[in-house]
Amino acid sequence: MPDIYLDNNATTKVDSAVVDVMIPFFTEQFGNPSSIHRFADGVAQALKHARRQVQALIGAEHDSEIIFTSCGTESDSTAILSAIKAQPNRKEIITTMVEHPAILSLCENLEKEGYTIHRLPVDKCGRLNLESYKNMLSDQVAIVSVMWANNETGTIFPVVEMAELASAAGVMFHTDAVQAVGKIPMMLQDTKIDMLSISGHKLHAPKGIGVLYLRRGTRFRPLLRGGHQERGRRAGTENTASIVGLGKACELALEYMEYENIQVKAMRDHLEQGLVEKIPHCFITGDLNNRLPNTTDIAFEYIEGEAILMMLSKAGIAASSGSACTSGSLEPSHVMRAMQIPYTAAHGTIRFSFSRYNTMSDVDDVLNIMPQIVATLRKLSPYWEGDGPVANPEQAFQPTFA
Amino acid sequence: MWDYSDKVKDHFFNPKNAGAVVGANAIGEVGSISCGDALRLTLKVNETTEIIEDAGFQTFGCGSAIASSSVLTEIIKGMTIDDALKVTNQDIAKELDGLPPEKMHCSVMGREALQAAIANFRGVEWKDDHEEGALICKCFAVDAVMIEEMVWANKLRTVEDVTNFTKAGGGCAACHEDIEAILERVLKERGETFDPQAASLPKVEAKVEKKPMTNLQRIKKIEDVLNSLRPQLMADGGDVELVEVVGNTAYVNMTGACNGCQMAAMTIAGIQQRLMEVLGEFIKVVPASEMPKPEKLVNIEGISHA
Ligand SMILES: Cc1ncc(COP(=O)(O)O)c(C=O)c1O
Repeated sequence: MPDIYLDNNATTKVDSAVVDVMIPFFTEQFGNPSSIHRFADGVAQALKHARRQVQALIGAEHDSEIIFTSCGTESDSTAILSAIKAQPNRKEIITTMVEHPAILSLCENLEKEGYTIHRLPVDKCGRLNLESYKNMLSDQVAIVSVMWANNETGTIFPVVEMAELASAAGVMFHTDAVQAVGKIPMMLQDTKIDMLSISGHKLHAPKGIGVLYLRRGTRFRPLLRGGHQERGRRAGTENTASIVGLGKACELALEYMEYENIQVKAMRDHLEQGLVEKIPHCFITGDLNNRLPNTTDIAFEYIEGEAILMMLSKAGIAASSGSACTSGSLEPSHVMRAMQIPYTAAHGTIRFSFSRYNTMSDVDDVLNIMPQIVATLRKLSPYWEGDGPVANPEQAFQPTFA
Repeated sequence: MWDYSDKVKDHFFNPKNAGAVVGANAIGEVGSISCGDALRLTLKVNETTEIIEDAGFQTFGCGSAIASSSVLTEIIKGMTIDDALKVTNQDIAKELDGLPPEKMHCSVMGREALQAAIANFRGVEWKDDHEEGALICKCFAVDAVMIEEMVWANKLRTVEDVTNFTKAGGGCAACHEDIEAILERVLKERGETFDPQAASLPKVEAKVEKKPMTNLQRIKKIEDVLNSLRPQLMADGGDVELVEVVGNTAYVNMTGACNGCQMAAMTIAGIQQRLMEVLGEFIKVVPASEMPKPEKLVNIEGISHA
């Protein structure tokens, strides 16, 4: 049975070169970077090196703009809570309907505390309307938080342009770039982005390490106060091994950037073209002309995603789904709903996300098995009959909904 | 992913009675708005004996929805419709060796399709009497609608009230924030404000009136449950032994193949779920190795600096 991992937007395998550089920091150089003895020798130096590696990947102007955190979620929370604390008179936040829960749940919570949250809608291809965004910017807005790339569809938002507009209106701009960093090139020093979130485990570093990029001069209030670590901006003894690992992972991501955007993209393209050709009644979601090179999200109509995943998993293939049933939540993915994908399709969305570890033969294996899986499940579906959907599927089958 | 039983997987990968029955005279079509699953059940009922001679299902839904549909058709084939109407969603779940709490609604959908099909056979209109909301309490599988109804019906004011009336929140307590949000909303509609410090209703009024178990009764019941699970564990070359019960914590030893097996944690979670269902109270199952050691008495030699 093959063993094919196509769920790299959920998390990635830690690169073995990353593991190698981390090990000494568990067993030999395990000292606290603030200590003055031989166990801490070189630790502070290693952290500085890692900071520079992160800086290089995102094109930050200064290495002191890199703050290590415990994960992408912490970076997101820190950014938004800092902005509202530093500007107590501004009671509005602009974000989008398709952000990760790390942003959306936080905003929902702030709404209860009296903040006004503007959630930009997207069109059927997952794109934002910049005109309506412009009209929302005002001196009441504490921060704009818009993801660089969507975790489900890979759709890229024009954050560089949006940050310029925010800056012109005197509004802080944060981007959750957890899915974008390492997959597409960026040069933050040439932008007006004030804050940016990174999560290590999406780019072959371990889980539980993240970064908040904080542009020099941006007003800031820490989430965690305590020791002087990270120049007092994020207290808590540094996760040295993971920081060193993340640094290495960033260096590798930079090295593989071209590979990601040519070879990895070619695998993705081959897979989605093959699937759309071989399987009737399926379509790719998101903005096809403006996506991460590694992600494809395909809606297989009239069947349900979890059932597809179970069959894929039995065949040795790992992917994920926007279906309600896989998350334990009751709604299909908020991203699919925001794009107004009909529910008979939204429930059957499967995301395949690649990394540099995949091969073309992985793609061929998926192309071989997938048509059969879809056909098997469609045979069970009340919306399907013989070789196609029943006529007027949504009228032909109208269950009483409880 | 979900911790599905082998039965669920078997019915999913090898569904029984898939497809529509030709010449069906009883059709039930229901869906669960909450998760988007939908099911069409077609039955062929003998007009004179009222025995279900054939059953088929078509399901748009996840693994457990398909498995629930499949097992339902197996259960009801050969039954009279009167007997079939007695099949509960618990029966469906039991036949599948259990479903994760988030997935119990799949078995509810199965039962509803059956009721709808029989109503269709009898020429009456089927009305759904139950509404389903987001799952709030995962320990006891209680959803938002249920909590809301109870808050309205019994004028509940505190999280403790809600726990007394619905069990929700009586386990791990992680859902208390969500329960407070429901209380806040309903109390506001009632023109009151939620006060976390408010006194709870006297417990005697509680609907789920239950005498607390003595520890001995509890231990006996736990033993019963473990005995009922034993054949399944032994089939996998393992076994379980009850070591000690302290309050609501049961310490067990996993032996044989279960010991050190990666699945041990999952097995323990399964045992815990089963215990909570049977005992109707929160039970924590912990490996005996994690049992707190009795504090060692240190004598004077022990602390001497010799
Ligand atoms: C877009 C986005 N933001 C934030 C996160 C959260 O990152 P972490 O798991 O490091 O908290 C994720 C990952 O799931 C993500 O995809």
